[in-house]
Amino acid sequence: MTELVLPKINKKTLDKKEYIFKALAKLINPENVLSHVDEIKPYETDALVAYKQTPLVVVMPENTQEVSNILKFCYEENIKVVPRGAGTGLSGGALPLQDAVLLSLGKFNKILEIDFENKCVVTQPGVTNLGLTHAVQHKGFYYAPDPSSQLACSIGGNVAENSGGVHSLKYGTTTNNILGVEIVMMNGTICRIGGKTLDQEGYDLMGLICGSEGLLGVVTEVTAKILKKPQVVKAALIGFPTIKEGGNAATEIISNGIVPAGMEIMDKALIEATDNFSKAGYPRDAELLLIVELDGTESEVDGLLKEVSTICKKNNCSSLKLSNNEKERLSFWAGRKAAFPACGAMAPDYYCMDGSIPRGKLTEALLEIKNLSKKYNLPVANCFHAGDGNLHPLIMYDGGNKEELRKTEEFGSEILKVCVRLGGVITGEHGVGVEKRELMCEMFNDNDIQQQLDIKSSLDEKNLLNPGKVYPILRKCAEEGRVHVHRGEEKFPDLPRF
Amino acid sequence: MSIEVKKNSQIFQDSNNTYYPENEIEVSNIIQELYKNNLSTELIGTGSKSFIGNKVQAGNTLSLSKLSGIVEYLPEELYVKVKANTLLEIIVKELEKNNQELAFEPIDFGFIENGKSNKGTIAGYLSCNLAGSRRFKVGSVRDHILGFRGVNGKGNVIKSGGTVVKNVTGYDLSKLVTGSFGTLVALTEVVLKVLPKKKSSNTITIHTEDKKLVNELFEKISSSSSEISGAVYVPDEPDDENYKHNKEMLFKFNDLKFKGSFLALRIEGDKISIDEKIKVLTKELNFNNLSTSILDVHQSVPFWEKINNLELFSETKNNLLRAVIPPSKGNELMQQLGNKYKYYIDWCGSLYWIEVQSKKNMEITKIKKLIKDLGGYLTIIKTSPDYDYEETIFTIDDTRLLISEKIKKSFDPKRIFNPGKMYRGI
Repeated sequence: MTELVLPKINKKTLDKKEYIFKALAKLINPENVLSHVDEIKPYETDALVAYKQTPLVVVMPENTQEVSNILKFCYEENIKVVPRGAGTGLSGGALPLQDAVLLSLGKFNKILEIDFENKCVVTQPGVTNLGLTHAVQHKGFYYAPDPSSQLACSIGGNVAENSGGVHSLKYGTTTNNILGVEIVMMNGTICRIGGKTLDQEGYDLMGLICGSEGLLGVVTEVTAKILKKPQVVKAALIGFPTIKEGGNAATEIISNGIVPAGMEIMDKALIEATDNFSKAGYPRDAELLLIVELDGTESEVDGLLKEVSTICKKNNCSSLKLSNNEKERLSFWAGRKAAFPACGAMAPDYYCMDGSIPRGKLTEALLEIKNLSKKYNLPVANCFHAGDGNLHPLIMYDGGNKEELRKTEEFGSEILKVCVRLGGVITGEHGVGVEKRELMCEMFNDNDIQQQLDIKSSLDEKNLLNPGKVYPILRKCAEEGRVHVHRGEEKFPDLPRF
Repeated sequence: MSIEVKKNSQIFQDSNNTYYPENEIEVSNIIQELYKNNLSTELIGTGSKSFIGNKVQAGNTLSLSKLSGIVEYLPEELYVKVKANTLLEIIVKELEKNNQELAFEPIDFGFIENGKSNKGTIAGYLSCNLAGSRRFKVGSVRDHILGFRGVNGKGNVIKSGGTVVKNVTGYDLSKLVTGSFGTLVALTEVVLKVLPKKKSSNTITIHTEDKKLVNELFEKISSSSSEISGAVYVPDEPDDENYKHNKEMLFKFNDLKFKGSFLALRIEGDKISIDEKIKVLTKELNFNNLSTSILDVHQSVPFWEKINNLELFSETKNNLLRAVIPPSKGNELMQQLGNKYKYYIDWCGSLYWIEVQSKKNMEITKIKKLIKDLGGYLTIIKTSPDYDYEETIFTIDDTRLLISEKIKKSFDPKRIFNPGKMYRGI
């Protein structure tokens, strides 16, 4: 997208490139040190493909000790390190730096132990989210967080981003579903946090690591909690003639004491896009579509579906379909799951935003997004995890058109500002990364950010681990006042920054 | 505190160097002064849980009890924002109006301290992160904190999180602050996730002395999809007539048909789904071959209150230990404990509450080692008056201690808040 300001390049690192390659090749299997341009090119971006940067070198350690040795070496030599899981992150959290070692956890791809007795799986971080469920489903268990990229995203990346999914309201996000982690700190220290027990004593380091976007430590092992599959899962597919009525119904469902396993909302633009794309059979006359999924025992689910139907009818729904079998339930989700590719088919590019808002503010948010869409003359489709308030507007644009690109980014920022104004946050599940870095000041003031930076520098005093992510990079220290830099226009370009 | 600050803030200070700020700005002003003058302070609310942890060595006390009241409660958004030292009872009462609750089932520690209810403030629950019987199903206190405001050790007001459940904006400091025993931040405001209360509950008790069977049942319960929200085992040991009598009196319920040891499990939901779940469980747990009783909702609710509030150890003058282990190690631990201790098991086989008699402090070291070897951890929740602190209150390894020291320093560089409450140097 627009030019991105990254941390100041350490020329000394670039100058000793050859020395670094050789040293790394001594620390791990030389075959796992990639330095040729053809080898490192695939790592130049994560799923936020608008930003690209080839790293200095890519290393693929095979065990924790190797990770520790690499980090210790980089710490001593003042070399930056960017950790990377599967590279499916949408906020540029794994964007390489020209003068940084890219640490890929790709070879940490084994499940180490399946412990049904303690209801957990001990796994290396490179195993995919869905891989965990696949490993335990033969006994009726599953791993609850289900980000849409679950087929490809790694569990280590899930920890770094605190990934959620469509079932977060009832089952929580990653932080609520892991029991332990092993991490390696920037100076090479290996630390085990938690284990197979519930909770832990002392400071909740696992809570801190979860969602820290690779800034505090590299995750080398995860102990994930597994759950028994519910007895019955059913869903309802409900169309509404207006956004307001659909939004009200979603709010009423919650205020009536129902906690759906999943509750999704799609606006008209997305209904049409997905129905064209996946032939899901959605009600095309509806302005808003609500999918409500409930789980539990047979009678519990039937009872709740009845209540949901009553609430939706009261709010003038135009169509209401209940799933009669598993096939039908999955067909309700088929369109929703095809939402992103459907938008991809409608425009050369789309930009997926990720804010959270209080559920009750949905109508207001969608209306504002509609107005912004007119202002920027860019089409937008919206899906909303109504259970947990996570909003994903998808802005469609042509990346080949530079002006459109600029407008798209501005449009996206304005949407996130709307989220904050309505009482929400700038990222619900995609992370801040480089994408929303400068928007942190919309939510936090100097003191808030300084506290977070103090934690960062207490654990990584040289600021070598994934620098330039999450926190506004061109911000001066709090004592001197905040500089909110827009598009790299900085007042004192020669001052050293952190 | 300087005369200037006193004049400006009008903060009440009693003769024991206890400050009573009335709002966040006053908290910040006092802490800035303490920071400037290198003065350590104990942070307290109503003091209901102050006996947990090490004794704080500080010349000042900062009572945050005046920061109380509900700021915003939106039942349809499933959150309540409160000033941090709001009494738990006030919050619970407010939530009940909308059939909602704090699902982590706050423990009433008043019983072990004074034999009567004393729930204290929500900040106290956050500081300790000790969740009740429903924990294995719904998560701990930390899983129900959406955000907070507070003052760090430099006197700066900071915030983290928000009011929405899905939020990955910056580090999750709400988790870090929860369970930090007031060593990082003086909390001023807290946002709590609330959930609908279940319509009803039943409790099935299974009467058995067979420890192997108990652990087998725990395993089956945790593998069940019937969403059991409480599972506890109360053994009928040690052979102490007085204790047995107290236990019998405590769990005197019309439908509790048998005496002796029992395992109890709680099923929640509406009446039809409870019946449905009992039917499934009868098959899954093979109830037909066991001696069972069913407690209806009128008995089930008080039963779990007694369990959750540690009433078995009411007013104990002994040491009370809290051990958490991987549930698969239950057989081993029960065997080792033998019939020497009064104890019971909560969290479906994970949590052990163990009483160690006064003057037998050496045994704590032995049990602690055992728990550690089993992959768990042990906290001394209450110490006997003669406790010699030979064994530390909390368990931590060197690496985590080092990291914790660094984190402490980032919040409270001069170690003003609750010095030594958790660990030496923190």
